[in-house]
Amino acid sequence: MSGEQPIHVVPPVNSLRMVRTLMLVTSLCGGLIVAVWQITLPAIATNKKVVLERSVRALIPNASQIVEYDASAQGVTAAKGDPADGAVRFYAAYDKNGTLDAIAAEGGARGYTDTVRVLYGYRHDCECIFGIQVTQMRETPGIGDKIITDPAFLKNFERLDVSLTPDLKSLFNVVKTVKHSTKQFGWEIDAIAGATITSKAVGRGINDSAQRLLPMLVPHLEVVKQKGGAQ
Amino acid sequence: MSSQPLQASNMEELLEGIWKQNPVFVMALGMCPALAVTVSAFNALGMGLATTFVLICSCTLISMLRRFIPREVRIATYIVIIATFVTLVDYIIQAVSLALYEALGAFIQLIVVNCIILGRVESHAAKNPPLSAMVNALGMGIGFTIGLLALGGVREIFGAGQLFGISLFGQNFQPWVVMVLPPGGFFVLGLWLLFFAWLAKRKEARHGA
Repeated sequence: MSGEQPIHVVPPVNSLRMVRTLMLVTSLCGGLIVAVWQITLPAIATNKKVVLERSVRALIPNASQIVEYDASAQGVTAAKGDPADGAVRFYAAYDKNGTLDAIAAEGGARGYTDTVRVLYGYRHDCECIFGIQVTQMRETPGIGDKIITDPAFLKNFERLDVSLTPDLKSLFNVVKTVKHSTKQFGWEIDAIAGATITSKAVGRGINDSAQRLLPMLVPHLEVVKQKGGAQ
Repeated sequence: MSSQPLQASNMEELLEGIWKQNPVFVMALGMCPALAVTVSAFNALGMGLATTFVLICSCTLISMLRRFIPREVRIATYIVIIATFVTLVDYIIQAVSLALYEALGAFIQLIVVNCIILGRVESHAAKNPPLSAMVNALGMGIGFTIGLLALGGVREIFGAGQLFGISLFGQNFQPWVVMVLPPGGFFVLGLWLLFFAWLAKRKEARHGA
């Protein structure tokens, strides 16, 4: 027995020490995250606003003032913080005389690689969408990104019909993307050949957003017109 | 390694990550962001700097805490610390440039699981003093950024005819679309690896002669 090597016994792990270390580290990390979040929050909000305003101005060049609103079942109210459940955010663009020029709103749907988000411009006099701006897209370069540049595709949105049913409850016709070169009606979008999935995402995004927004917005359009004049 | 005193000078430590143990071209680590975000030099630089920031901060803090972290909970602790700095870099990039944030997409969050960082922490920072850990992390970060820039630069030049957004060949240039697609990433990486293998072989031949 005396010739045997001594056995090294690993000391038992102190459970309390493990818990204490994890608690300390997570508290330190939590504090760091919250501090940096507080510091960067104003800059992030400003950046998002600038990007959005740039898109709205690109869509509505005559806009001299842009006001954010939320449309909900209760009516139209000035936007504050994030939109409430069921509410849809939209942007009213007024010209230099304070007259409502157009409305812009965002819609999104799953494309080929990720969500495709588009900002669309709406005018009530024609009950139509008159243009789009892609605000988020990670589609295949050279194929899916043609939704930004393809003139024939963009022509679909020069006067896309989004008129409502007489009871103002939904769109009269569902906006939908059809196969390349098969467009027949004003509410159809002619897909880009080879980029059908991305084209369909644009159509679906616009339809979903317009189906929710317009029935809540159109009955209260006067409110938006007056608020613009008052500001 | 913990029993061996730190032999290498800080400069050697720095150069190790940049050249001898370059994470992209020598160790072939962090391939997911290296292939996915390097469609342009600007994206590559942004991703490289973000990863370097996380590497330096995580390695330094973990090195400072190395004596207090029990072995049994070390991985959980490391991941919490790495995830914290990734969250910080996520907010900072959003505050600096939303365009870069959109371009890098989910890959910023995926820095948490970048094997270069956990690898550095486990094999170096957890066993060395803060200064050495920081210098080593800086070297690895610079090496990773150089690797990404080498990929992103070539892909942007051929895939878009420009570098950092500056047009190089005029309007008549027909972009090689394949370069900005995933196969282009593998193709350019393969060519760079071939180039470094050729360099190594040439050096070997010279030493042999």
